[in-house]
Amino acid sequence: MKRHTISVLVNNHPGVLQRVAGLFGRRGFNIDSITVGQSEEPGYSRMIIATSGDDKLLEQVHKQLYKLIDVVRIDELTAYPLVERELALVKVSAVSEAKAIILGIVDPFRAAVIDVGKRHLIVQGVGEQEKIDALIELLRPYGIMEITRTGLTAMSRGETAETATPDAALTR
Amino acid sequence: MKKIMQNVEEQHATDERLARLMKNDTVTGSEALLRSLLLEGVECVFGIPGGSIINVYDAIHDMPEFTHILARHEQGAIHAADGYARATGKVGVCFATSGPGATNLVTGIATANMDSVPLVVITGNVSTALIGTDAFQEADITGITMPISKHSYLVRDAKDLPKIIREAFYIASTGRKGPVLIDIPKDVSSQTTTFRYPADKSEIRGYRPDVDPNAGQIEKLLRAIEKAERPVILAGAGVIYADAAQELLAFAEKTRIPVTTTLLGLGGFPSAHELWMGMPGMHGTYTANKALQSCDLLIGIGARFDDRVTMKTSGFAPNATAIAHIDIDPAEIGKIVQTAIPILGDVKTVLRQANLQAQAAKSEAWLTLIQANKIEHPLRYADSDTALKPQFVVDMISETTNGEAIVTTDVGQHQMWAAQFYKFKRPRSIITSGGLGTMGFGLPSAIGAQAGSPDRLVVSFNGDGGIQMCAQELAICALHNLPVKIVILNNQVLGMIRQWQELIYDGRFSHMELSGSPDFVKLAEAYGVRGLRATNKEEARSAWKQAMDLPGPVLIDFVVNQEENVYPMVTPGSTIDDMILGDEE
Repeated sequence: MKRHTISVLVNNHPGVLQRVAGLFGRRGFNIDSITVGQSEEPGYSRMIIATSGDDKLLEQVHKQLYKLIDVVRIDELTAYPLVERELALVKVSAVSEAKAIILGIVDPFRAAVIDVGKRHLIVQGVGEQEKIDALIELLRPYGIMEITRTGLTAMSRGETAETATPDAALTR
Repeated sequence: MKKIMQNVEEQHATDERLARLMKNDTVTGSEALLRSLLLEGVECVFGIPGGSIINVYDAIHDMPEFTHILARHEQGAIHAADGYARATGKVGVCFATSGPGATNLVTGIATANMDSVPLVVITGNVSTALIGTDAFQEADITGITMPISKHSYLVRDAKDLPKIIREAFYIASTGRKGPVLIDIPKDVSSQTTTFRYPADKSEIRGYRPDVDPNAGQIEKLLRAIEKAERPVILAGAGVIYADAAQELLAFAEKTRIPVTTTLLGLGGFPSAHELWMGMPGMHGTYTANKALQSCDLLIGIGARFDDRVTMKTSGFAPNATAIAHIDIDPAEIGKIVQTAIPILGDVKTVLRQANLQAQAAKSEAWLTLIQANKIEHPLRYADSDTALKPQFVVDMISETTNGEAIVTTDVGQHQMWAAQFYKFKRPRSIITSGGLGTMGFGLPSAIGAQAGSPDRLVVSFNGDGGIQMCAQELAICALHNLPVKIVILNNQVLGMIRQWQELIYDGRFSHMELSGSPDFVKLAEAYGVRGLRATNKEEARSAWKQAMDLPGPVLIDFVVNQEENVYPMVTPGSTIDDMILGDEE
């Protein structure tokens, strides 16, 4: 089981997320995380999907996604150098002396305290998933009240994304 | 000369009609819909009105050139559109209202999707303002059908309708064909707009149905063929849908490779040809199944290695050193079997290119063995002088129609007997629900096939179970005098269930008896369709002759032997060479 991050450019039409998520569900593909947002092109959204499976399954993921009319382009990001980021908000209980200690944890992670309450802080962490996991583990002893994570977003490091069309996949 | 004059006049009339339909008039959404359909060349639509699509039916009232056939159930309407599409190769169109009208289409959409049949399915929906409020007869039909359609649209503005319809026909009829649903809210079908029909061919970013086949892969296939000693072609519906039967014939003859055609591929290769081995799979021929298991090169052409063909996939074609797969859908290549030579593209284009350089395989010894198997193990059944055997009925019909009829089937034993014993000669001759296995398909699909091919004989094979799932459409046969010959192989049981319960479930027969069924002759007569019955061979011959002589629709109730099983049979979990051949001789 290999992890894969794929970038999917889709028409920004109603129901597109449902089409993509439904496809993964009914074909038994894993979704470890999925994020959607506007892309650089008006009218098109980009989805970043983290999935896992063997090469054969991944080939099917690509090919089945391409069959959706609303899918314009698919890039397998994991195949090339890439940056991956996730954002997490962690509400952690913090009474007087704990606040200072938590600030000490936040600092080396280049995380930030973005809200301070009487008995809690909200910590914002940005980074690769492992880094977020580590941050959360260090905050856990102080009493985590709530966590929200955005899921993974990612981008290839090159000037243009490498493409993997079904054709290319077949003749590889 | 006179003929040419006539053509000029016809052309003039056509141009005038097109100009009239294209005119940028102020129209309602409904009129825009109907005009767009006519401009796409739609000849007839099957449907049923209802509250949310009533605006469209109101527009039909003013458009006498628009042909609509009123079905009795939406499932009947969509199967008819499906039969029309499979018989003609054109896009089938059906109409239904929102809510229950739309949900009644679901089985038909799934049927078409599984078998790659081009349909444009139009549903009305409640007004835009009511969507999402659980309004009367509201159902999220685009949501419901997402997993079973090629694409779908929810129309929000009447001005978008012409473009959407053009796109829908383009998507339905290109690449791997399939059903496209267009859901039109009631306020959109009444909304006025200026009609603007897009002149250009649709272009959809990211949708590239025409792929140039990879010449290197074709070359690789031809090299593999030259070396192969035991090659086999497995040809499916893709051959028929690509109109590539001629190319397949040339390819097989040049390369000297025997051909097995799947259920949906029947007719894609002439059944009388020495290279034809019959159908493969669960109820395939001895020769085809054995050949698949022994072959050293397997060439799948427009076939998707369905589990009813491969049976136990891990044990399928174990001796093939290479599998080649020619298909228009990249997702089918490598999905089920590991493919050494993938060729993505239109089957006709690929075969044409391959035929330019194709050389014969080293297959003469192999072909001798295959001929011997065909003679030694033909499809057979124990005929009887007393009981009427279902296989005899199919055989008789095949012979008397010279294998030239369009045959539609329902699903079950009779479907397999029709596939085994009808000697198909040409493409678009079998219309059957292969992928989804939809009971109730046989009769309405025959109606559509007959409407689309008025000059061809249409024979519909049904069981006494399946006919009752869409029997209401008998009304359409009578009303429009569609001369469909409706055959019921009546064994008073759900035959395939009975067979499984006998062979796999130790004779624990559970709910397979169909007592309480109507007298089918009377049922037919009640609808105004001529009904006949036969209980032995002599009656069968005379009833069939009578049916053929009668100009209109006829239902013939052939009361057949109940204990008859379909053989060969490969039980689930077995490899395809592990066949129960039946004890008959």
